[in-house]
Amino acid sequence: METSKVIHAIYTDDDVLMAAVKKVKANKYHIGEIYTPFPVHGLDKAMGLAPTRLAITAFLYGCVGLIVATVMMNYIMIEDWPQDIGGKPSFSYIENMPAFVPIMFELTVFFSAHLMVITFYLRSRMWPFKDAENPDPRTTDDHFLMEIPVSGNEKELHDLLVETGAVEVNLVNNTH
Amino acid sequence: MYTFSSRLKIASIALMIIGALGIGFGFMNSHKSLDDVKTMLAQEASGGHGTDTHTAAAQTEAGHGDAHADAASHADEHAEHVQHQIANRPWSAIYVAAFFFMMIALGVLAFYAIQYAAQAGWSPLLLRVMEGITAYLLPGALIVLLIAALSHYIGHNSIFIWMDSEMVNPDSEKYDKLVAGKQGWLNVPMFLLRGLIYIAGWALYRHFSRKFSIAQDNADDNRYFKKSFRIAAAFLVFFIYTESMMSWDWIMSVDPHWFSTLFGWYVLSGMLVAGVTVIALITIYLKAKGLLPHVNDSHIHDLAKFMFGFSIFWTYLWFSQFMLIWYSNIPEEVTYFVTRIEDYNLPFFGMLILNFLFPMLLLMNSDYKRIPWFVVMAGVVVLVGHYVDVFNMIMPATVGDRWFIGVPEIFSMLFFTGLFMFIVFTALTKAPLTQKRNPFIKESENFHY
Repeated sequence: METSKVIHAIYTDDDVLMAAVKKVKANKYHIGEIYTPFPVHGLDKAMGLAPTRLAITAFLYGCVGLIVATVMMNYIMIEDWPQDIGGKPSFSYIENMPAFVPIMFELTVFFSAHLMVITFYLRSRMWPFKDAENPDPRTTDDHFLMEIPVSGNEKELHDLLVETGAVEVNLVNNTH
Repeated sequence: MYTFSSRLKIASIALMIIGALGIGFGFMNSHKSLDDVKTMLAQEASGGHGTDTHTAAAQTEAGHGDAHADAASHADEHAEHVQHQIANRPWSAIYVAAFFFMMIALGVLAFYAIQYAAQAGWSPLLLRVMEGITAYLLPGALIVLLIAALSHYIGHNSIFIWMDSEMVNPDSEKYDKLVAGKQGWLNVPMFLLRGLIYIAGWALYRHFSRKFSIAQDNADDNRYFKKSFRIAAAFLVFFIYTESMMSWDWIMSVDPHWFSTLFGWYVLSGMLVAGVTVIALITIYLKAKGLLPHVNDSHIHDLAKFMFGFSIFWTYLWFSQFMLIWYSNIPEEVTYFVTRIEDYNLPFFGMLILNFLFPMLLLMNSDYKRIPWFVVMAGVVVLVGHYVDVFNMIMPATVGDRWFIGVPEIFSMLFFTGLFMFIVFTALTKAPLTQKRNPFIKESENFHY
């Protein structure tokens, strides 16, 4: 339910921001987005954001990596061409497994790490030539910005935000 | 202040008594005459179990009529060997159990020193719990050394074969050139002296750190905290050297023909896992009784993370040691693992499930690490796994394929569990369970992850 107008409340301190978030939530307004120059601990909790599931994906990707390593080494070293290389027992996978563990480990980590990072990029919509979605360049330096969609309640929302200690409250057209 | 509940006290004393009876039974049951052993071996061979191919082979040879005398003397030798293994079993069982609990106390002491040296902000609430556990170190380590000494003076060098003076006597038929070459390090007086030096160093650190910790409670500046910091740093240096040498002396020398360079760290990693696990278990117990009101689930979460991390560290060292030796397959090194894989297959690989797979899968989830019963469950598995680890390090050298986890092993564990509980919980009653003036105590009380 996107509206055409949003309010941007700008803060200069993360503690003030946290208090403002709690107050805005208490007044039952929906916070569209918050832009901060650095991670503010506890902000996600105060906003009521759902916890990330990135760690779960990483675990599953790790499992994929382990399977890839196992199937690959089993096919190459045991099934396809079971050569005697320096007396290593290539009769079955388990017999020669200690030699494969470094590969199994590294591929597990490799898949887990890289696929999780790529998942993160996809989910956060980040790529090299992406246009920055920054409503105010100061939020990358020392300002914090809370964006709240409005629907005919500009006045009371404006007053509430000023009350929470916002240094600037602007009504702007929604750009996205 | 914690009071040692009478139920727990009675339970620990009962464990000690029951354990002592079982240990006594184990010793009485292990005296077998050579004839008894021969009858037993003959029964095993005819029973068709084929557990003893050695004797079976000797008997078939004897049946052919050739080299009759040779085979007979060979069978005699074999019976004598088995007789020794049977006699070694109660000694080894009690030694494994004693070492296991000593190792927990020592691991906790090292972890405790690290908390001071690193000026950790999360753990000061748990320092008194750790001090309680380390109270076991002095008696526990002395008992380990005492068992080692008694196995020489009363037993027949049942744990450490190099203690047999015949082995370094060139005129004896037991003469062993490799052991003789190591007698500069491996000789009984030096072994005992070194053991006493290690124990004295550890016990001194434990004594003074405890003293400063209590003095800090009533001080009006941070003088004692600074002293604790300094001795913790000094102790950690002393510890890493003595721990390494202790593991050569007390564990690796049961196989005097075998050596491994990362053995000391391997033993250390097991120590830290078992130590952190016991800290977690006792903390959860005391918290459940309402005695550690400021300890929150973030502290449990941190302890569980350490259990998880050190379990993986242990596995890393176990695998590094195993894989390097398996890969190069040099006969003088690989026998160590050959006997373990052949005779101890289930405990040897089973402990990987207990010590690696289980803690890894259970403690990977961040939410699970906050649930006390989950941590307790994982902790119990980890402790069983590390008992099996010590068992795997000692038993193959002393009892060989005559191992079993039966009366001597279980009752030794019961005895030392009782002793450990008794000493640790008695020590916990001696001081308030929370430090008062630790500069980081406020941070620890508000610790949140």
